Amino acid sequence: MTNHWIDIRNSDCILIMGSNAAENHPISMKWVTAAMDKGATLISVDPRFTRTSSKADIYAPLRSGTDIAFLGGMMNYILSNKKFHTEYAANYTNASFIVGSKYDFKDGLFSGFDPKKKAYDKSLWAFERDENGVPKRDLTLKDPRCVFQLMKKHYSRYDPKKVSAITGTSEKDLKKVWETYAKTGAVDKTGTIMYAMGWTQHTVGVQNIRMMAMIQLLLGNMGRPGGGVNALRGESNVQGSTDHCLLFHILPGYLKTPRASNDSLEAYNKKWTPTTNDPLSANWWGNTPKYSVSFLKSMFGEAATKENDFGYSWLPKLDDGVDYSWLTIFDEMYKGNFKGFFAWGQNPACSGANANKTRKALAKLDWMVNVNLFDNETASFWKGPGMKPDEIKTEVIFLPCATSVEKEGSITNSGRWSQWRYQGPKRLRGVKPDGDIMVELFEKIRELYKDGGTFPEPIHNLRWDFVKDGKFDAHAVAKLINGYFEKDATVKGKSFKKGTLVPSFAYLLTDGSTSSGNWLYCNSYTEKGNMAARRGKNDPTGMGLYLEWAWCWPVNRRIIYNRASVDLNGKPWSPNKNILEYKGGKWVGDVPDGGWPPMANKEKTKRPFIMKPDGVASVFGPGRADGPFPEHYEPIECPVEKNLMSGTYTNPVAPVYGTEADVYKTCDPRFPFVCTTYRVTEHWQTGVLTRWQPWLLETQPQLFVEMSLELAKLRGINNGEKCKVSSGRGEVEAVAMVTGRFKPFKIMGQTIHQVGLPWCFGWVHPEDGGDSANLLTPSTGDPNTRIPETKAFMVNVEKSGKRGA
Amino acid sequence: MAGKFFFIDTTRCTACRGCQIACKQYKKHSVSKTKQYGTYQNPQDLDENTFRLVRFSEHPSKVNSMAWYFFAEACRHCLKPACKKKVDQFKKDAIIVNDFGAVLYTDEMKGLEKSSKAIKQACPWSIPNYSKKEKQMVKCNMCFDRVEAGLPTACSKACPNGALNFGDEAAMKKLANERLAAAKKKFGGKGEVLDLEDVRALYLIIDEQSKYRPVA
Repeated sequence: MTNHWIDIRNSDCILIMGSNAAENHPISMKWVTAAMDKGATLISVDPRFTRTSSKADIYAPLRSGTDIAFLGGMMNYILSNKKFHTEYAANYTNASFIVGSKYDFKDGLFSGFDPKKKAYDKSLWAFERDENGVPKRDLTLKDPRCVFQLMKKHYSRYDPKKVSAITGTSEKDLKKVWETYAKTGAVDKTGTIMYAMGWTQHTVGVQNIRMMAMIQLLLGNMGRPGGGVNALRGESNVQGSTDHCLLFHILPGYLKTPRASNDSLEAYNKKWTPTTNDPLSANWWGNTPKYSVSFLKSMFGEAATKENDFGYSWLPKLDDGVDYSWLTIFDEMYKGNFKGFFAWGQNPACSGANANKTRKALAKLDWMVNVNLFDNETASFWKGPGMKPDEIKTEVIFLPCATSVEKEGSITNSGRWSQWRYQGPKRLRGVKPDGDIMVELFEKIRELYKDGGTFPEPIHNLRWDFVKDGKFDAHAVAKLINGYFEKDATVKGKSFKKGTLVPSFAYLLTDGSTSSGNWLYCNSYTEKGNMAARRGKNDPTGMGLYLEWAWCWPVNRRIIYNRASVDLNGKPWSPNKNILEYKGGKWVGDVPDGGWPPMANKEKTKRPFIMKPDGVASVFGPGRADGPFPEHYEPIECPVEKNLMSGTYTNPVAPVYGTEADVYKTCDPRFPFVCTTYRVTEHWQTGVLTRWQPWLLETQPQLFVEMSLELAKLRGINNGEKCKVSSGRGEVEAVAMVTGRFKPFKIMGQTIHQVGLPWCFGWVHPEDGGDSANLLTPSTGDPNTRIPETKAFMVNVEKSGKRGA
Repeated sequence: MAGKFFFIDTTRCTACRGCQIACKQYKKHSVSKTKQYGTYQNPQDLDENTFRLVRFSEHPSKVNSMAWYFFAEACRHCLKPACKKKVDQFKKDAIIVNDFGAVLYTDEMKGLEKSSKAIKQACPWSIPNYSKKEKQMVKCNMCFDRVEAGLPTACSKACPNGALNFGDEAAMKKLANERLAAAKKKFGGKGEVLDLEDVRALYLIIDEQSKYRPVA
């Protein structure tokens, strides 16, 4: 979230699209309701009428996978009806930038597409620059090559008729949603978006979110209370795990993972440190070398010296141009290219797309360790449906671990708050916290490397001073994440002794004087104490910032890009939306995005979007794999034979895989229905924690498939009856939930049915609960992130026991 | 102690079922074996392990094409409990009403197994059920032990959205009036607080009662 949970109450219009907040984030509805009590409008856009829709002022259905068409139409509406916040767009976004002459867009393809490589040459999308290398701008937004005009041209194609034919949403409903949301372009109004996996899990996942971010920027809703782009994270600490490098392409604090060609620290820093020639741009990522060196000091301590590049060569490197995402890992495992695998706190046999492929891949391993609370479909894959245990060589080791409430530590929520928790119940005997398991594991590895081995340096030199008596110490780790002065140093006129905790990332250095396991969390555990454990309830602005409650990255800033919440003179765009104001030469309210004076002070100011090299937000995004403007493409599996928007049918750079388990069936009469997966309130992720909980299982005991009355009639299926749902990759048995909450769509003149299933069930428990909906989903995904496309694919539904369609 | 009331604002309920589970958790109830019946509602009705049940009912609607109503059903703790009147015929004061109005089934209810049907039928909402484990009729007891200790009921404590409220009579009636006015404003004059003069569990609804729960 750019904003935070409580801030939803400051909104005038809440769009819940690509998520089902009432179902999956039930507590968030407290703040939605608080906003509605003050007159806010709630809009729910979802293929199915959900628990969220039941509370909405406006509900509009759309076919899964057509969000860009829906939002592209909204953008067209905003631009053609001049609903945007002009001053904001001109000053705080790149709408005024002049795009180079090589940029072009024809028939669904941007310039620079290489059909052989299935990739774009993004250099063709570069901005025009002046003699100083600063992007050229036209603040009147009239230059035909400026971003604003190109965008206007691009989205003028998304007229209501065409959008309706693609999405299946009626023109009346489209208009109602567009008009209502576009009203937040008024200077005194803000609108917010609450989205989740309903937007990310598509071959156009990143562009779904970019499309909304662009709308938010045009309406002047970013950085402002009641605005922002708000990802509702799918697990309570997933924000924390992402911040601390859960994913292959980043190190902690969103530093880039080194690639093989970054063969020295200097080469790494040069490659990944953005530069700017614009004196008004803070270009905060220009500090990358301070953060990378401090990270290395936290990894290797005193062994990291200037002479040895602070141990940079000990970090693992990724091969250039190779992707190491979830889909690719299991593709390689399926091909037999892995020996061992730690499935730590996860259940890939149910959680990942194309679960049959995943389950078969696990059988190709020599060994697998599953660390989990309960038995699950991954740990027991070898005795699962269709498996022959005596033919499976994989040695499986199961390690029981403690739950999150049985240990002390921090959890970072969607609003970026790191909140410290004390230990609740005592752990059962024989159950260990993950940290202790890791400590034991590493100590054993180090012992094995005692007398050498291949490339022993990273093992020998790993910093290990956060282990106390052989146990993981959460406070010591949190302090190292914050960082220490590793020697006496003077920074910004202040002197610090060796061993002092660094007060904030502004004090980190490139010379090895400081460590910080994650620069973004530098300021979270300082000499003032454990900031995440704070429980102060003061709220001087009355806007729900609660600056003394827990701690928020970065540097306790509750709303990021908050200097965009004020005008060029530092006054809030609207007096009823005041979280920050420049008064008497200083900023009052939230922690500002940098302390520079407002934009009117042309000598000393910096633009508000400090993480972007140009200091402005990117309406035009030339860094994305699939184009600088979001464009509608059909999902890899879809029910229509053409893309109404262009001759480019699906995302041309979306990854597909080539094993016999990777089957894609588009417009195949055997799989005529659109399908999506989702969650239920009562179960957690794949259900490993909740299916064993009798009270919860009682409420949601079995896999179900929701379908319209019309589809049920077509297939002769009665409510509550068992039926078979199948895709090109697998099938599941599910109980039919026949409901008026799903309705057939009219798409390009045809009737298209859609169904949906939750993915929280699995064969291990309960006995008659059904299996994972991910047996149906395809191995394809977003070209930027490789998140799988599990929200739009094709299936068949028929009565159980019936053969053929 | 002042009389206690529930106020359930169905317009705010998102059917998270926190109340339903919190009740079971606090009372350490066992579970009923369920299956998927083609609805989110489960168990299908109140039973010996389920003292509060969120009912799910969907209906076609002119607004947004559908309405999905949620109704957190439990004992109403009537001011003049019909179940007590019935049971008094068999065993005087086997059901008591405590000082804050909770209608409580005492251990004296054991041995009245044969009258279970009559007791259930006496209730206008068919709330109580026979428990094989307890060997008597059972239902919500207003968490009287928690309330005596100054705590809210488990269900109201769990509600994140201000739908299920619990407190003193005056506060709950004030809230009910405020929410009724707000509902009428929002839903075009529709809105009603059910059985205002008769029960200690006030429900605010915006459509016919039969669209929320089975009505005899």
